[in-house]
Amino acid sequence: MAAILDAKGLHKSFGAVVAASDITAEVAPDSVVGLIGTNGAGKTTFINMITGYLKPDRGRIHYEGRDITDLAPRDITRLGICRSFQIPQLYSSLSAYENMLIGLSVVMRNHGVGGFFSRGRPDVPGHGRPAEEVADDLLERFGLAEYRDKNAQVLPGGVRKLLDIALTMAAKPKVLLLDEPTSGVSAEEKFSIMEMIMKAVRAEGVTVLFVEHDMEVVSRFAERVLAFYDGRIIADAPPEVALNDREVRRFVVGGELHRLDEKRDGAHA
Amino acid sequence: MRPDRTPWVLGAILAVLLVVGPFAPLWVVFPVTIAIAKGLVALGLMILLRCGLVSFGQALYYCIGAYTAGMLGRVFELDGVFTLMLAGMAVAAATAYVLGFLLARYRGIFFGLLSLAFSMIFYGLLVKSETLGSTDGFNVLPSTLFGIRPADEWVRYAVLAAASSVAFVAALLVHRYLRTPLGSLAPAIKDNEIRVEYMGASARYAIHVKYVIAAALAGLGGGLAATTVGHIDPEMAYWTVSGEFVFITILAGTGNVIAPFLGALIFEGIRNVAFAVSPNTWQMVLGGALLAVIVFLPNGLWSLFRRGRAA
Repeated sequence: MAAILDAKGLHKSFGAVVAASDITAEVAPDSVVGLIGTNGAGKTTFINMITGYLKPDRGRIHYEGRDITDLAPRDITRLGICRSFQIPQLYSSLSAYENMLIGLSVVMRNHGVGGFFSRGRPDVPGHGRPAEEVADDLLERFGLAEYRDKNAQVLPGGVRKLLDIALTMAAKPKVLLLDEPTSGVSAEEKFSIMEMIMKAVRAEGVTVLFVEHDMEVVSRFAERVLAFYDGRIIADAPPEVALNDREVRRFVVGGELHRLDEKRDGAHA
Repeated sequence: MRPDRTPWVLGAILAVLLVVGPFAPLWVVFPVTIAIAKGLVALGLMILLRCGLVSFGQALYYCIGAYTAGMLGRVFELDGVFTLMLAGMAVAAATAYVLGFLLARYRGIFFGLLSLAFSMIFYGLLVKSETLGSTDGFNVLPSTLFGIRPADEWVRYAVLAAASSVAFVAALLVHRYLRTPLGSLAPAIKDNEIRVEYMGASARYAIHVKYVIAAALAGLGGGLAATTVGHIDPEMAYWTVSGEFVFITILAGTGNVIAPFLGALIFEGIRNVAFAVSPNTWQMVLGGALLAVIVFLPNGLWSLFRRGRAA
């Protein structure tokens, strides 16, 4: 199947620091890709280039066959590539429900629905229902119903992460980039939160790229792993292969994987 | 969803003004009309304030509206009250459209001071232009209503009726606008522009639109003030006038489109009373009033109504 996202020869440097060096990757539609690598390896730079926040010095990015390299973040979002943030970006003076309504109203505006002269309560394009219902439904799907009327500012860290991701779903993305969806979440909660995210997101056939440091989470949820080191991709393979790659073990996973192996062995025994 | 009562309340206020107007003494009709003119400017500032932007130069558009109305009478001998107001609005909006390309890039104090700078440039130009009467300004012809010049004792009421009708329509339109997807983006822009961009909306475009709307309302108010007072001068663009509008907006709060008019009315009321009681220290009374509102009602006078409703 043709790639939904196709990055070719991306290069980006900040002064003497090379953040991306000849990054080439194709992503198949309806797949889940884990991005791993130590801090500063180039994962977030990769995400920032795809979403238009950073422009690569060289190389092109194609999405559904269309060159999106020079588009602004909002134009890329409108095409169907959405992202969440390592530090959740919310409307902190508004409640979770109002956050969702704002997200949905942007979608309506981008489709020319619900403008000055429209009557009644129009449906949100793609969701087929009025914004109030969609907002509640999305909160429900991300387990946020109990936080509906709480101010985004006072929500716990994990909940803020979930709301951040729920917000992206308002736009019905085709590709979703999640920057460390489980960071700042306790080890016990990681799996359940990731489970919930994947269930809500994959139900709609969204292609997911997620940055993750926990190799257990990666091996459980990713179908394919891109391992970054020093601005390059040093491995591109299914998790069981990539996580056992010599270079990946040396530069990325380190002690992390040994613990994973021990746990697995223990489980088999 | 709570039923939307604002249009009904606005309609009731309009009805009261139209019915009571003919019986009200001149000393009431005049300040109320001026309050409506200033309320229109504050209504525009409220739209910007919802995005977290404070324009310290809204007097620019107020003065442009007034001078447009004045010049139309002087050069083309036009005196229809609606024509003058709408012309003032159009010229102010067109100016804001051009300046907006620059201003929509700035936030916070930079936005405020840049808007202030433009108003002071306009003030400077007016003061230097002899043909426009320099610092003295010039008189504006008494206005007509649909081509009819009301009898002297009815002129004030005619202007009040026209003003309140226009303000009614403007408030309704703004109320509607604030509920559209673009209008409702204001608190989101105030909170987190990054998120607005990554949801697929342009904060800069939204602010540009809001800036033009705010200027249009200020121009409308300026045109109205010109026909009401019958005289215009460069002082209308001076920064203290801009300060007055910001004062009214903060006094009123951003809760509802009725608030700016209420704020303007109370502002005019306090000022007139304070001026009558202590001509030398009336500013102190105004300052005290604002201080009290900021301390006790941080969200403006409108929060009084909110609280009442919740209880």
